[in-house]
Amino acid sequence: MSIAFPVPDQAILARREEILRGLAPLVAPEALIVTEDERRVFETDGLTAYRKLPLAVVLPSTTEEVAAVMRFCRENGVKVVPRGAGTSLSGGAIAQEDAIILGVAKMNRVLEVDFANRTARVQSGITNLAISQAVAHEGFFYAPDPSSQLACTIAGNIAMNSGGAHCLKYGVTTNNLLGVTMVLVDGTVVEIGGEHLDAPGYDLLGLVCGSEGQLGVVTEAVVRILRAAEGARPALMGFDAVEDAGACVAAIIGAGIIPVAMEYMDRPAIKICEAFAHAGYPLDVEAMLIIEVEGSDEECEDTLARIVEIAQPFRPKTLRVSQSEAESAAIWKGRKSAFGATGRISDYICMDGTIPTGRLPYVLKRIDEICKAEGLGVANVFHAGDGNLHPLILFDINKPGEMEKAEAAGEEILKLCVEVGGCLTGEHGVGIEKRDLMRCQFTEADLKQQMRVRGVFDPGWLMNPAKVFPLEGRVAA
Amino acid sequence: MTPLTPTCESDACAIIADAAARRMPLAVAGGGTKAGIGRPAQTEATLSSAALTGVTLYEPAELVIAALAGTPLSEVVRALADRGQQLPFEPADYRALLGSSGKPTIGAVAAANVSGPRRIMAGAARDSLIGVRFVNGRGEAVKSGGSVMKNVTGLDLVKLMAGSWGTLGFVTEVTFKVLPRPERSATLALAGLSDSRAVEALCAAVASPFEVTGAAHLPAALDGGEARTLIRIEGFSFSVDHRLGELKRLLAGYGPAEAIDGERAGALWAAVRDATLLAEPHDSAVWRVSTAPAKGPALMAQVARALQARWFYDWSGGLVWLATDPAGDAGAATIRGAVATQGGHATLVRAPAEVRAAVDVFEPQPAPLMRVTRDIKAAFDPAGVLNPGRMYAGV
Repeated sequence: MSIAFPVPDQAILARREEILRGLAPLVAPEALIVTEDERRVFETDGLTAYRKLPLAVVLPSTTEEVAAVMRFCRENGVKVVPRGAGTSLSGGAIAQEDAIILGVAKMNRVLEVDFANRTARVQSGITNLAISQAVAHEGFFYAPDPSSQLACTIAGNIAMNSGGAHCLKYGVTTNNLLGVTMVLVDGTVVEIGGEHLDAPGYDLLGLVCGSEGQLGVVTEAVVRILRAAEGARPALMGFDAVEDAGACVAAIIGAGIIPVAMEYMDRPAIKICEAFAHAGYPLDVEAMLIIEVEGSDEECEDTLARIVEIAQPFRPKTLRVSQSEAESAAIWKGRKSAFGATGRISDYICMDGTIPTGRLPYVLKRIDEICKAEGLGVANVFHAGDGNLHPLILFDINKPGEMEKAEAAGEEILKLCVEVGGCLTGEHGVGIEKRDLMRCQFTEADLKQQMRVRGVFDPGWLMNPAKVFPLEGRVAA
Repeated sequence: MTPLTPTCESDACAIIADAAARRMPLAVAGGGTKAGIGRPAQTEATLSSAALTGVTLYEPAELVIAALAGTPLSEVVRALADRGQQLPFEPADYRALLGSSGKPTIGAVAAANVSGPRRIMAGAARDSLIGVRFVNGRGEAVKSGGSVMKNVTGLDLVKLMAGSWGTLGFVTEVTFKVLPRPERSATLALAGLSDSRAVEALCAAVASPFEVTGAAHLPAALDGGEARTLIRIEGFSFSVDHRLGELKRLLAGYGPAEAIDGERAGALWAAVRDATLLAEPHDSAVWRVSTAPAKGPALMAQVARALQARWFYDWSGGLVWLATDPAGDAGAATIRGAVATQGGHATLVRAPAEVRAAVDVFEPQPAPLMRVTRDIKAAFDPAGVLNPGRMYAGV
């Protein structure tokens, strides 16, 4: 438990009853959660090692209710932790004792779909997958596809600027978001963007995306929906050496091919996922790539034939082009269940740094060494095209000191990512998890500039204040 | 007056810190080719990135290029072309439209968020911009983003810098994500369609699975010829053939479609990208209107009822370039009225300085967003020395 939380404001804790009485008239009775048992549900998120019982939980049903709650909290100096589905792996939605949780999960409707303009207006508590499901009958989908897409909300996706396996071609949340309705800290409701493509003035939409619930609460979003390709097909390649897999990825891109996804798994990850998904992964290779292309059957075949030819000099030990829908689904099932499958055999923490892809062999070697030095195992799955790593550091939570060792290894790995020219987080966000490492990546001037921008929206540090910026050296404006 | 031309980041820091201490407003410039865009600002000196040049990092296999801000765009484009790659967002060159000379710079492409027809598929400059270094109005060197394409570490100041027209910081270095140049590009042209039928056809094409990378409509009234509706696809030759066939079938109801390849198509798309279709007569005012694609024709019908205008559509109808009489407010009240009805925003890209001083060049914002805009300006440039007033009065 090495990550510190700010000391709770005793004055707020002492006024809890009064605050609850103030919140009660602002939302429906069942939308205000006050009992300890029910609040427990909201004490953590996907970073379950850290838990804090919130002061109360409010689950509004409308933008107006959110505005009323925000206004009340601002006037009473109550901190607010916004929450979508609580799947954050970086602790972005973890509560604080002196803060309320403001959850948007009840606002989960599709408000309008416009196929001609390729947009959907949704309430922010809708799940990522539900957007795609709402437009699938016309052959459309919402592109960013984080592994948690069944559960995670678009609100959380916007807060974290979430990615997924297909962002090499389709981009991440910020590239697929056209507008938001957002409640500012004082309860003012603003519309940023809309159905058009670019900003009239400063790109506030781009700023809000990835701001981790520190600038306001997004209650509605206009997202870009895309027509799905005619078809998609993955190929699977196994290599004897990490270097060969990395060089193969570089050669494919060098030949002018941008596959819709290029996923990498190392030997331990292959073994874990194969045991769970029975996808027919090769167990005798050091590295495996799943490479998916899109288009008509003929286009997929043409592109995959080019890729297979490009791969030859790197001596793939296994090379299999999917021959059926069922085979494709099995290949993806293994990859998409990597976190869950790992969770069956071990406790783990999932890292999320990004590196320049050219440094891959070196970084993987160092990750292995770092984990070995702590006496821990590691499995690597990641998005090879964009260099976004997900080392899963394996440990046993029942062995005293192991989690601390895993955290120490994780910290070393993230520092390594920055050292080779990458960053601390590619798609999971800073949250509390990487907060204290921000100075590895940013100078004091970099961080102060970010905090001054934060201060434009929340000068009193009421919004999700335990996250993103190191607790020491904060500035308001 | 001779511009101030720092040769390194720390030079720029010293110049801006000094200007801030003396409250001396600076005009921030790259090649100066877009200096005519924005409100005329009262400045005492020009701070230019002309001496900050050169590609600083290019890793074709990682799809990343970085260059100092003053590097001519043409130099970046050439370096990429040598390795079969390109900037995905198709940056425009407004020299012909604005009657300016000099060389557009890569830093200004970022600072003005200049994107062309491929924006509908590949995103804008802001979507490809993954890292930026700049000096803020306090004279501090700041970086945001980096050289990897997936990065959510901290607030995304990169997006704020894109399209801030030098009002938040003096950009010193930019890093872009790049993509392979397509093996082949082909364009389908439909003839004689009305604006609304044309935009319907464009929206149908863009909403197909065939990856349209350009969707423009040039109405008959633009040059007195026949209306042309253009749909571009790019990629490997085999795939382009397949998709051309599919699109022809999809659009059969809109009349015969001619396929245009090669230089003729390239010249058409360059004219759409750079808005040279409205360059003449050079004394007309030119607006750039951004709206939901399917709403473009209704917006223009509303404008045309009240104003003499010539226009064309890009971005499947979502971007309208429009030339008006520069007299009075150059049509601002009518155009902004139509925008208020249909949604979107309008920018006065070209007009005499006195019109740009009197009319809001950038779309006025609702009060709460204007408050945020002013406070953001102050968060970067508290002394108000960087391009003050270029986007909004007092910002």
